[in-house]
Amino acid sequence: MIQTQDVLPNVPNQEEDISDLERTWRRGRGLFGWLSVTTHQAIGMRYIVTAFIMLCAGGIEALLMRVQLAKPNNTFLNPDLYNQIFTTHGTTMMFLFAVPMMEGMAIYLIPLMCGTRNVAFPRLNAFGYWMFLGGVLFLYWGVFTGAAPDMGWFAYPPLSGPQYTPGKRTDVWAQMITFTEFSALCVATEIIVTILKMRTPGMTLNRIPLYVWSLLIQSFMVIFAMPAVVVASSYLLSDRTIATHFVNPSEGGDPLLYQHVFWFFGHPEVYIIFIPALGFVSAIVSANARHEVFGYPAMVLSQIANGFIAFGLWVHHMFATGLPQIGEAFFTASSMMIAITSGVQIFCWIATLWTGRPRLTTALYFVYGFIAIFVLGGMTGVMLASVPLDLQVHDTYFVIAHFHYVLIGGAVFPLFGAFYHWFPKMTGRLMSEKLGRWNFWVLFIGFNLTFFPMHILGLKGMPRRVYTYPPEVGWDFISQLATLGAFIIAIGGIMFVANVFMSRKSGAVAGNNPWDADSLEWAASSPPAEYNFEYLPVATTRTPMWVPREERAFVTGLRTDRREVLVTTLMDAEPHHRYVLPGSSIWPFIAAVAVSIGFVGSVFNPWYVISGSILAFVALVGWFWPKYPPELKGEA
Amino acid sequence: MSWYARAAKLVCFAAFMATLAFCTADVQSVVDPVGPQSGKIAGLWWFFFWLLGAIFLLVMLAALWTLTRPNRGFGQEPLEATHQISEETQNRTRRVVTGATIATVVILFVLIVASVGTGKGISELRNKEGGLTIEVMGIQWWWQITYQTSDSSLGVTTANEIHIPVGRPVQIRGLANDVIHSFWVPNLHGKADLIPSRVNTLWIQADKPGVYRGQCAEFCGLQHAHMIIYVVAETPDKFRVWYDRQLQPAAPPSDPVTQRGQQVFMNNACVYCHQIRGTDAAGQNGPDLTHFGSRLGIAANTVPNTPGNLGGWIADPQSTKPGNHMATIAVNSSDMQPLIDYLESLK
Repeated sequence: MIQTQDVLPNVPNQEEDISDLERTWRRGRGLFGWLSVTTHQAIGMRYIVTAFIMLCAGGIEALLMRVQLAKPNNTFLNPDLYNQIFTTHGTTMMFLFAVPMMEGMAIYLIPLMCGTRNVAFPRLNAFGYWMFLGGVLFLYWGVFTGAAPDMGWFAYPPLSGPQYTPGKRTDVWAQMITFTEFSALCVATEIIVTILKMRTPGMTLNRIPLYVWSLLIQSFMVIFAMPAVVVASSYLLSDRTIATHFVNPSEGGDPLLYQHVFWFFGHPEVYIIFIPALGFVSAIVSANARHEVFGYPAMVLSQIANGFIAFGLWVHHMFATGLPQIGEAFFTASSMMIAITSGVQIFCWIATLWTGRPRLTTALYFVYGFIAIFVLGGMTGVMLASVPLDLQVHDTYFVIAHFHYVLIGGAVFPLFGAFYHWFPKMTGRLMSEKLGRWNFWVLFIGFNLTFFPMHILGLKGMPRRVYTYPPEVGWDFISQLATLGAFIIAIGGIMFVANVFMSRKSGAVAGNNPWDADSLEWAASSPPAEYNFEYLPVATTRTPMWVPREERAFVTGLRTDRREVLVTTLMDAEPHHRYVLPGSSIWPFIAAVAVSIGFVGSVFNPWYVISGSILAFVALVGWFWPKYPPELKGEA
Repeated sequence: MSWYARAAKLVCFAAFMATLAFCTADVQSVVDPVGPQSGKIAGLWWFFFWLLGAIFLLVMLAALWTLTRPNRGFGQEPLEATHQISEETQNRTRRVVTGATIATVVILFVLIVASVGTGKGISELRNKEGGLTIEVMGIQWWWQITYQTSDSSLGVTTANEIHIPVGRPVQIRGLANDVIHSFWVPNLHGKADLIPSRVNTLWIQADKPGVYRGQCAEFCGLQHAHMIIYVVAETPDKFRVWYDRQLQPAAPPSDPVTQRGQQVFMNNACVYCHQIRGTDAAGQNGPDLTHFGSRLGIAANTVPNTPGNLGGWIADPQSTKPGNHMATIAVNSSDMQPLIDYLESLK
């Protein structure tokens, strides 16, 4: 018997059920099988690996910039190359690393944490990944053919307009946005429906793990924020390719309109990245403080409030554009409000650690690192919310320091903690804790050495996005510190990768729940079977894995000869009906190729929109072609 | 971890203070204000810095103190399984968290009031009767400066350098004619974006004579890094002298070498882009050169204005400032020195 779940109910035909599940959920073989996979672990892992490669690419770009800035009047990079590299760095980190990485972790973890077998729409999920990969390949095709974008990752017109950046660079950037929007919207839909309708019985809304809450909020934010960037990039693309006049001032368009629409997306985007990371922190803290996170309702409500407030403070990116004072006061107040909701969460984590028995795993080290870096980034964030201070430090290295503190501190440190925490779940083996400590300290020291001095550079007047500077301004020593720090971060990254490869091969075997953590993903085997659980575990408390084994309950009676899952009610997660998920399918891949042909082609010739649509139509016909289950064949 | 993490924090903090200490008296610094606007902002900065810095340290201490909690090592069972935390501890923790949250709200309220109050104070620092108005136009990658007066014959056009009298509020009207730029001289005031089709105004004032450096703060393309502006604050008398000289057309060249230089200038493509008032050169695409010799820098202050730098700039503009829009003009090597001498004579 291939039993993997740590406890199983006492039901007849157990062995038969399990071998049926194995057969029903088996992945296809060969390249065709690989392209047809629709299980969430496989897709999630593809997101994680692709996004990690993008993190490395973005990191290499950062190192190139740091080398260029290490001495005054350096000629290591010419201005054209430098501008391409900093734009690609920002674009890669925001669109191709941070968001997809959070999405990949969610796709992997959410069905496990919710105690179900897959996400709600497995084929859409596969389609989302292929679209994301399309965006990655398109942008990096540009990078390697000299068509990397060079107008900054927020592409302000008129600089990004047809007069000032002719050629295809900006179009590649704008269309890459379209790819990632598609992918993000697919994932958001998956996550929302999975969380709201597919939670295991007993997991009422107030028993959802905080990580799952964070993803629910983040996914709603994606759905409201992404349309804004669709609009912004469409303004830009149509101004460039079919000569519309939305944001082109020389044709009567308004460049500030673009900024408003872009930042209406751009600010929530930051929270889209770090709210899931706050979920990682909650999961790591409760597992390692040996205690449920303090103040569950306060945590949930402040995360929801975070999600709302995020949409009301975009103008603090535009204080220097000249705003009436009343508007400035409003956006100062709304920007500072975010400190309240973030503060509540920090206080609750500290309270959890206070009242708990914290156990210093590497993951928890990263949480402490997160608290230190993120709180400091929050402090500089409060400074940036103040209009007079912002007018001085806006678009300087102070801002670069600030957003790396909140994004690396707020998202990447928790992410590394999450890697150490969930790696045993994903691979079945523990990562080396000893190398993990080294990894943490090298990253922590390297990070602070790189970015702390940048606050001072900003106060000393160094604007961002300058490819060089003269010696007399006195920025060289501090810049050299930052460059040194950047290489230390790179060493930390290499240590992490080494730890992954070594541990995958010869790490200690983890077992199902190496950390004795509280949430349901730890009930599955490590790595989880394709169907996650033989019998869906029922959640009877907020910490179901801390319920004594003999008291745990299970769902039995789901059919195992097809991919059947349980749909439950929204509030109380009471069983509602059984639902059959589609199996493997090549059509999502074909549809993604068809849509990509339309997207890539339309950059060069608008008529590709038509041919791409026709191809996509054909692909969708194949996708939705009715497939009757064998037992219904006669009735059809 | 506790002691060395704490030590690391202290080292960081000390390093920050030390560096702040030596970054004063800079020509492009936020924390070395020379005018009332930047002075108010710097005051606000130090208020935020000390208050938020203290809060940061408190939060760090609270976080690190959790490391002193006892536990039974890696095998520590979940508290839910062994003993529930007492009601009393729960309530006490709840009170602490609530108190910290209320404190956060109060502190943020104070910061908002301080910030909006400072903003309002700065906006009142202006000359109600008008006064000197300088139009700054951002152009890829230089600054066109126009002194505006009611009598247009008293207006002055120059480039990349603003002279202002000490102790008087001066209005900057910011414009752009291609992409978005941002006017920023940190010792005097914060930024104002220069946006095509819009006008942004800013009042600046210098209380101390000196030369203050600023540079474009909104990414504007290839040579964003080399779009530098100097604000020269002078005593009112010196300013008057400077302004009167700027009003004059260029003095005719007095010796044969500079006369030759003028011919070279007039016979080449220079005239299509540059104006020298008092001569036939009336191009409008590039900086006005009428009093070029009196200016501090070349190529939007990319390099200091020396005859050597000028020669290099004219001979090969793309090596001084790659990608800039100045045409490379083939000047005979024998003509180069007269041309340089002529331009440098335009005081």
